[in-house]
This record gives sequence, structure tokens and C-alpha cells, in this order.
Amino acid sequence: MTDTERRIVYCHCAYARVVPPEVKDEVLAGLANSGVAFDAVPDLCELAARQDPALQRLASDTAPVDVVACYPRAVKWLFHAAEASLPEAGVTIHNMRTDTAQATLAAVLGTAEAKA
Amino acid sequence: MSATEATVRVVLDQQAGPTLEPERRSAVLRSLLEGGYAVTVTGEGGGVSPLDDAELLVLRELGNDTDHDAESTEGDLPVHFRGVAELDDAGVLEMVQGHGAGRTAPEWKPWFPVIDYDRCTNCMQCLSFCLFGVYDVDGDKQIDVANPDKCKTNCPACSRVCPEVAILFPKYKNGPINGDVVQAEDVDREKMKTDISSLLGGNIYSLLRQRHEHAASRFSKERDEDRALKERKRCLAKLQKDFDIPAEVLDQLPSAEAILEKAKAAANTTED
Repeated sequence: MTDTERRIVYCHCAYARVVPPEVKDEVLAGLANSGVAFDAVPDLCELAARQDPALQRLASDTAPVDVVACYPRAVKWLFHAAEASLPEAGVTIHNMRTDTAQATLAAVLGTAEAKA
Repeated sequence: MSATEATVRVVLDQQAGPTLEPERRSAVLRSLLEGGYAVTVTGEGGGVSPLDDAELLVLRELGNDTDHDAESTEGDLPVHFRGVAELDDAGVLEMVQGHGAGRTAPEWKPWFPVIDYDRCTNCMQCLSFCLFGVYDVDGDKQIDVANPDKCKTNCPACSRVCPEVAILFPKYKNGPINGDVVQAEDVDREKMKTDISSLLGGNIYSLLRQRHEHAASRFSKERDEDRALKERKRCLAKLQKDFDIPAEVLDQLPSAEAILEKAKAAANTTED
């Protein structure tokens, strides 16, 4: 792995049911069985509230990143709330609240394979 | 908000030796995530977030006779290899908990306002409105979510008084409060609400104060406590409906004296 390899961060939204469970479970299974490396976090909101260093590491990393979570505006400002503002370029946010699992996986894994 | 220190980072290793069966891998991951643990999954392609100072707990599809402790290649991080082949999902979770890894599920549902600073005009309506001390201003006089854990679960009321639709609750059911794109009609609706509030008496505190004084004066003359109670319930029911405030939040409202103190403090902050 090199430092510029694309990162994937998956949010399980563990403490609410706003992301359809069937979508997040299918996306998680798809990622887990794709052979692609990724970071899975229980809940981005919780990490942001704690200002978890993991968010700061991700944001300050030079590698492009796919965040698989919810609305892009929410994700952007959650990272900001954690004092870990995401860079303008190289970040793709996938919304499991509105997109199907298949569409999300196709977008994430398509990007990961294309950039690998 | 306060930062936390990483302790042990959980890694699900798919590269060295036999890997977990697909269904089992998903189940183990889901169990750990729902238990509150972040997991780094290694793979043949792509990268993961860089190492930090946390020890590594590496889970592999091997028997526990292969368990051992080592150090990272740089020699500065303890690495604990543990086989999970003989454990069920609960057993994996228990073993991870035993290592003091990451974090456990919080008692508090992570519900708090997130400010969209692209939209926020620093008008301080939210600071004036929130009765629970969630907001404050930072050193640059910029509105800030200073105490997210004081926010009342499922209460989006402050986002309802924001004239710029700049306050998000990512776990809210509806847009644009949940972070969905803000449409022109959303802004118009919020501005209209603020205008109505202004027409009624400047801000919500003066409105509440006036209603309270008016009711106190009227009911003291009438000596009709039942009617006063009925009026209070009617007002609270309207507030609850308009702002989608959970009933239990209304039960936790501070005393009238505390609300007045808060209003004075907020007024001083906005005047500074």
C-alpha cells in the first residue's frame, strides 16, 4: 500500500435508524467481501462529538477518500465540528440514506478499483 | 467537545493466512460496529487510515493456539494477534472488550447540532433560543456548538429558529435539517417563521416572558389555577408541534428564573 492509495471510510450509523438497515448491511457486506481495504466506524456523529483523532488523521491525510455515510452536507460539517475539515479535493461522499446499496457499492468499488 | 485518545485499534486481517467466510466476516464486523468499535479491514487493494499511537489488535481466522504478541515493524507499537476461528460473534466482541479496544457504545445517542458555516450568518438566534447551554461563542466571537452532550435527544428546535437553515441534525428524519440540500422554499419558510416571531415580540424569550406576565396578571385576578394550567399546556402543545420538540424535552425545561437569566446572558453576548 502506498500513502496515496484511496481510503474508504464506512459509517454504520449505529445509534439511529435513519440509514435503512438493509442498505447499510448490504454495503458493509459488499465492502467486506470485495477484498478492498477500508475503515469501518460505528458512527461518524459520535466520532465528531468526541473530536476523535481518527477523523483528524483522515482529513489531514493526502490520500483521496471515499466516505460512505449520509448527506454530503452533514458529513462535511461533522468533520468540521471535529476540527478535522475535509479537503476540497479528493473527497467523495456517498449517501446511503438516498442511494441503493448496489449504486453505493458500484460507485465506491468502481472508484477504488479505478484509482488502485 | 473534548478529544479522546486512541487506545487499541481493531484490525480484521484478510491478508495473512485463511480468511473468514464472507457471511461470518460481515457478521463479525457488524457485531463489533454495533458494539461501538471501529474496525480497520485489510485488503488486497486500497489503503486504510494511517497508524497512530494506538496498539493494534489483529483478528485472524485462526485458532487461538496462534495467539501471540509482537511489535510493529518500526518496533514502537505493540501488536496483539488473536485467532477468532473458535469464537462466535459475541465471543469476538467480548475478547475485543477485554483488550480495552477503542470505545464502547455511548449511553448518549450522538444527537447534537452541526453548524453549516457556509450558511451561518452568526446571528446568534440559536444561542438565544437554546435553553440547555449547547451553544456558545468561541474566541473569535463565532457561534459554536460548545456542549453537544447537553443537547436533548431528538429535539431539533434550534434548527427551526435558524433563519438561514444553517443548523443540521444529521440523524433527523427530514430535510434539510438532516443535511439534505437546502432549497429556496426552505429558506423562505424559515425566514417567514422568524418574521412571525419578530412581529410577536422580538424574540422567543420576550414572547414567553410577555405571555407569562400576561397570564400571571390575568390569572391572579381570576384565581383560576385550572385555567392557567390549561393555558400553559395549550402553549406548550403548540410549541411542541411547531418545532417538533419531544415531550420529554419540555419536561426538562429550566425554571422561569433560569430562563430569564439565560436570556440576559444571551442578550449580553449578542450585544458584545
